[in-house]
Amino acid sequence: MTPHMLTRSLDRSATIFLAVVAACGILIPLSNLLLPAGSFLQVPTYLVALWGKYVCYAILALSIDLIWGYCGILSLGHGAFFALGGYAMGMYLMRQIGTRGVYGNPILPDFMVFLNYSKLPWTWYGFDMFWFAALMVLLVPGLLAFCFGWLAFRSRVTGVYLSIITQAMTYALLLAFFRNDFGFGGNNGLTDFKDILGFNVQAEGTRAALFALSCLALIAGFLICRAIVSSKLGKVLIAVRDAESRTRFLGYRVESYKLFVFTVSACMAGVAGALYVPQVGIINPSEFAPGNSIEAVIWVAVGGRGTLVGAALGAVVVNYAKTFFTSGMLAPYWLFMLGALFILVTLLLPKGIVGTFNAWWDQSKEKRSAAAMASAAAEDGVTEPKMAE
Amino acid sequence: MPAHLSARLCSLALSLFLIAFTLPALAGPFEDAVAKFANDDYSDTDEAIGVVASSGNPLAFPIISALQDGRLMADPDSKKVYVTGADGKSIDAATGQAVASVPDSASAVRLNNRLRRSVDAALGSLTLQSPDVGTRLQAAQSVFKSHEETALEAVDAALAKETNRSVKAALGDARAAILLFKPDATEVEKLEAVAALKGRGDQEALALLTGMGDQPASVTKAAASAIGSIQNSLAVWSMVQNAWYGLSLGSVLLLAAIGLAITFGVMGVINMAHGEMVMIGAYTTFVVQEVIRTRYPGLFDYSLLIAVPLAFVVAGAIGVLIERSIIRFLYGRPLETLLATWGLSLVLQQAVRTMFGPTNREVGNPSWMSGAFELGQITITYNRLWILVFTLAVFAILLAMLRYTALGLEMRAVTQNRRMAASMGIATSRVDALTFGLGSGIAGIAGVALSQIDNVSPNLGQSYIIDSFMVVVFGGVGNLWGTLVGAFTLGIANKFLEPVAGAVLGKIAILVLIILFIQKRPRGLFALKGRAVEA
Repeated sequence: MTPHMLTRSLDRSATIFLAVVAACGILIPLSNLLLPAGSFLQVPTYLVALWGKYVCYAILALSIDLIWGYCGILSLGHGAFFALGGYAMGMYLMRQIGTRGVYGNPILPDFMVFLNYSKLPWTWYGFDMFWFAALMVLLVPGLLAFCFGWLAFRSRVTGVYLSIITQAMTYALLLAFFRNDFGFGGNNGLTDFKDILGFNVQAEGTRAALFALSCLALIAGFLICRAIVSSKLGKVLIAVRDAESRTRFLGYRVESYKLFVFTVSACMAGVAGALYVPQVGIINPSEFAPGNSIEAVIWVAVGGRGTLVGAALGAVVVNYAKTFFTSGMLAPYWLFMLGALFILVTLLLPKGIVGTFNAWWDQSKEKRSAAAMASAAAEDGVTEPKMAE
Repeated sequence: MPAHLSARLCSLALSLFLIAFTLPALAGPFEDAVAKFANDDYSDTDEAIGVVASSGNPLAFPIISALQDGRLMADPDSKKVYVTGADGKSIDAATGQAVASVPDSASAVRLNNRLRRSVDAALGSLTLQSPDVGTRLQAAQSVFKSHEETALEAVDAALAKETNRSVKAALGDARAAILLFKPDATEVEKLEAVAALKGRGDQEALALLTGMGDQPASVTKAAASAIGSIQNSLAVWSMVQNAWYGLSLGSVLLLAAIGLAITFGVMGVINMAHGEMVMIGAYTTFVVQEVIRTRYPGLFDYSLLIAVPLAFVVAGAIGVLIERSIIRFLYGRPLETLLATWGLSLVLQQAVRTMFGPTNREVGNPSWMSGAFELGQITITYNRLWILVFTLAVFAILLAMLRYTALGLEMRAVTQNRRMAASMGIATSRVDALTFGLGSGIAGIAGVALSQIDNVSPNLGQSYIIDSFMVVVFGGVGNLWGTLVGAFTLGIANKFLEPVAGAVLGKIAILVLIILFIQKRPRGLFALKGRAVEA
């Protein structure tokens, strides 16, 4: 199998993926808004919100695949970047409530009035402006990842050690955000949102627009990841994944490459979180739970690490299964299934769905071309001597 | 006077009644004093309390305690006073004779706040000479707290008769407290009192010394130096207390992490289901205790001794099963192992939740593990102490096993160089399974110990897994001593940070410190050196 064929097969699945996401991003909101309610083809609003959630998870999975699939960094703290982006958006939405809260305070959100805050903590300054919140959605996770990665990669913390300290990071954040005096709503988190950019968060139009935006963000994220992994930089990343020491000996500054891709990935996770919060209507510290981050890693493993398309697909498939199984009478068995999924995928399907499919497709294609060549040779009947010449 | 003490004295009071019946009724100072209760005059009542309390009459205690509870009835017409019991029966307070009924004109003797203090002090001194040591000690302590001047005589009288050492010491403290607050006590007496309180050296002595008010200059000076020395000794004791809490937390961390030090440290397997092995050990304890409760209640004190080997076997067997069915396919792929064992932990948790229910199950403490003892100014609970001892024992046994047994030798050989060990005829896959089983089994017996101090629920293991990994990573992978030092360092650091920063912030600070520490020493405190590390 030549590298050329590999890129071509990736291009094919990438094209299909982009087409499907774009079609969903356009058709689902249109069907929800334009077709009459109850009609067969109309997508109900609750489904729009649910699928919007999946799309956000897909962006998160994409960000994990970028570092795990292509650079070998297994982060068990990506849920933290996701939640930080979500909190930044949640803070903007809280400030938009204004006097419509229970206590009617024009500046302080309800929970601060309840906890007897006399003025707004400095961490909340500027979050009444959307551009500032949007900037923070990128900056806060990005900066945290930059500092964390700068420390970790420079001192060559790799492999499972890195996984464990990323887990410690998200656990520390979980504990911090659970504290009431940390100033971010304590264990209740941020909720009761009203407006986003002047539009009602609950309105059908807003939800449809958020869904379309999420799809757009997924496409943008995918293109960015594709651009990174297919560039020269991407080749170095793959080299780092496969033989870090050798890459270093060849003269590459491994830590800079890792730091770059880790920071980009954290920013993507932040965006995913920011799109997630207005669609589900709440952000609370449980998003920082270490279990969430590990679950996000398994989406990537199910879909196929190092394929990008697979990561997004895995996120949607696993979460759809979760919704399906936890809502019915099978609910007590969901954790069995999720646990079994973890075990079976790592044991039996190490390449994931898309990876396995790609391998199979390439293999059968090779077989077909070999067969075609053989039959062509049989028809000509003169191949052997010609090849020998 | 504490309520439970008066309840305890009821039986004493009853026996005194019986003696009282046999005494001839004579009109004397006691009877006159009792009659004064009927005058409904606060100063007369006060006088009566003093005379009755110091009379030595066996009726004194029932009368005063009835006065305290509002059960002392006085008839202003006949000047007769009655003690009504809680059971409705009444006696004549002056004679102790039983009476059929209290006249309707009688009403409870009234008290004001000043009188209530006199009553408390009188009761305190009345019980100072009780035949029961515990009662005397409590009485002395209550006098120490109230330091009523009126109790001084009673304290002196009791002190002269007292033979028990601790009661004598308590009485001495009580006397010192009274003298310190007595306006007409001599300077020498006061200086002695300050010295006695300094010797006592606890929070209460400190409170008395700081709140003693105006005193002669020499006393104030002595008190100031006493306050300084008490504060110093209290600071030292609080350090000791923190260190003990830290050791205790460290032993829990070590117990939870020690199995992980084997599977992760020695084998390099990231076992996220390690916490669930701890949980399985705890549930084994629960099952053992259930069986004992229903079948052999007499064996309850031995339940933990039975549970320890059982938990080792159960968790160890499950560990071997996991190694054979999942982990052996994933050697050399640590990140995949992490995911698979995480999935396994979900399955195990849900399985336990299905079998035993999602709520906490009750695991009892055997009698030798309940209770506490005082060591200087700190309290040490037996369960924490036993867990520390148990942890160190497990650690020592494990160390000896790795050092002196054939299996230990094979384990070390496989860890150091797998292929060379295989060439030497060691069945590496068998050793892998046994090593993993050993690590899991030790997690199981950790569960037995942790069931004594933590809630036994399906989530038990999850609360330890992150801490355990921190301990192993901090201590240095592949080194049991590193795990020991790591666990106690983290435990003590946590407990010393807690009073400064609060429990949650302290924990966050520890996590951040570990993250920073890993940057400095990526392979922990005691890192393995050599080529094998990079592989």
